[in-house]
Amino acid sequence: MLDLSLLPDGGVGWLDASGDHPDIVISTRIRLARNLEGYAFAGRARDGERLRILSQVQQAMSTMHEMHRGVLLRVDEMPPDDRLLLHERHLVSRELAGLDPQRPVRSGSAVYLTRGTSVMVNEEDHLRLQSLESGLRISEAFNNVLALDAELGDRVPYAFHNEFGFLTACPTNAGTGLRASVLIHLPGLVLTKEIAKVLAGLQQVGLTYRGLYGEGSEVVGNFFQISNQTTLGRSETELLDYLTRVVTHVIEREEEARKVLLRDAGYIIEDKLWRAYGTLRYARSLTFDEVMSYLSSVRLAVGLKLITDLSVYTLNKLLIFSQSAHLAHAEGRDLTTSEANIARAKYVRRILADDTGSTR
Amino acid sequence: MVCDVCKEGDAVVQLTQIEGTGVRLLHLCERCAAERGVETNASAPKPQISDFLQSVHQAMQATQGDAARCAFCSSTFRDFRSTGRLGCAHCYDAFEKSMRDLLRRVHGSSQHIGRKYESPASATLPDGGTANELRDRLKRAIESEQFELAADIRDRLRGME
Repeated sequence: MLDLSLLPDGGVGWLDASGDHPDIVISTRIRLARNLEGYAFAGRARDGERLRILSQVQQAMSTMHEMHRGVLLRVDEMPPDDRLLLHERHLVSRELAGLDPQRPVRSGSAVYLTRGTSVMVNEEDHLRLQSLESGLRISEAFNNVLALDAELGDRVPYAFHNEFGFLTACPTNAGTGLRASVLIHLPGLVLTKEIAKVLAGLQQVGLTYRGLYGEGSEVVGNFFQISNQTTLGRSETELLDYLTRVVTHVIEREEEARKVLLRDAGYIIEDKLWRAYGTLRYARSLTFDEVMSYLSSVRLAVGLKLITDLSVYTLNKLLIFSQSAHLAHAEGRDLTTSEANIARAKYVRRILADDTGSTR
Repeated sequence: MVCDVCKEGDAVVQLTQIEGTGVRLLHLCERCAAERGVETNASAPKPQISDFLQSVHQAMQATQGDAARCAFCSSTFRDFRSTGRLGCAHCYDAFEKSMRDLLRRVHGSSQHIGRKYESPASATLPDGGTANELRDRLKRAIESEQFELAADIRDRLRGME
């Protein structure tokens, strides 16, 4: 079984709620899509080609600065449970982990993990360089991934075109290859029914949103990933400045919505949030969707300072560690759905009790 | 819990209505919620992948035949149209005009103005990489029945060996 404690910061340094607006923005992720010259893209490449791509990247990595070298995990050699575990921890995409039965894991699929950055090898593009930061930290995330990109690009030849920029398997990523996503919690806008307007507005200004796990995932627990839609025709700095401005505006709208809720429906909101907290503290069986929904309420209560003895870090941790593969990993065995629901409720009770220093 | 309005469906939405100074709490089923314009999950129009495929389709009609083929990876424009993914970096040149039109539709521009990049002079393919690369191209050309291209690649391989 995969021992995630061996990873730099367990791969979850971004949960520590240290960035700006930690109760509203969970994390900032920036990824750069890159491909190597001389090979077909990963989806078209033959097994042998993908393995040679991996070995070329391995060779390059071995000569890089220590902080960028990271730990290599061969995703293609892992059992399905471990691949799911990495995916739940937001360290690899669904595609790289081969979680769709129609699209099984491909040979040469691997990930390098360092403190705060990672490189997925043989995803849709040969390389997906990523930086993940806690809270709203767009420029820090960009500087980290840029440093990694510069060092790697000095050692392997990227496919680059004078007109079209960095070439990618999907033309929606061509140019800068840059996608910046801010994972943001917007319960105020959902409760005041402003959210549809805000989301439609995002699309009008060239941004898009997704669910918790990125492309194709559902919105659960009022968590949205806001990211740039276009990647070509603007510089990296322009794209990021623009995203920062819009996200800052969305945060202001969310803060206003929260004030309106408290002012106009104070006791109803308070009651809803405390009931959610009560359920998490005492329920004996919880589905993951239930946990997400109650956590959303409790997170709002912490943001509104109705609940003062819980840390945002604890809430972030629960988002990740109450997922099925994590529970199975902690129990050291496969769990049926009902066993997982019981284990989940027990885990949530324990973490909340520990954090508040009360009895379980 | 049953719906407060129709008293039949399962209540799945809790609607807080603010009326003057009072507040009313309604439990609604999916249908009654929809009638009041409340969405049962917070969703706006789905992200634009279908728009993107539509752009691909339009770009294709505007400029190039399905049969256009990349000499490096043997993908055709039809392959791209059905998957939305290109086969390799050379496809951008092989379908240049269509790609330029498509990129303009998707991004509003086809001219990259971000960071420039130059391949490292010292970057070399791993041992035998070039011959291996040609062998992969040869297999792909044969699989896609491009025999003229296959013969050409085979000659180049022989030259190297």
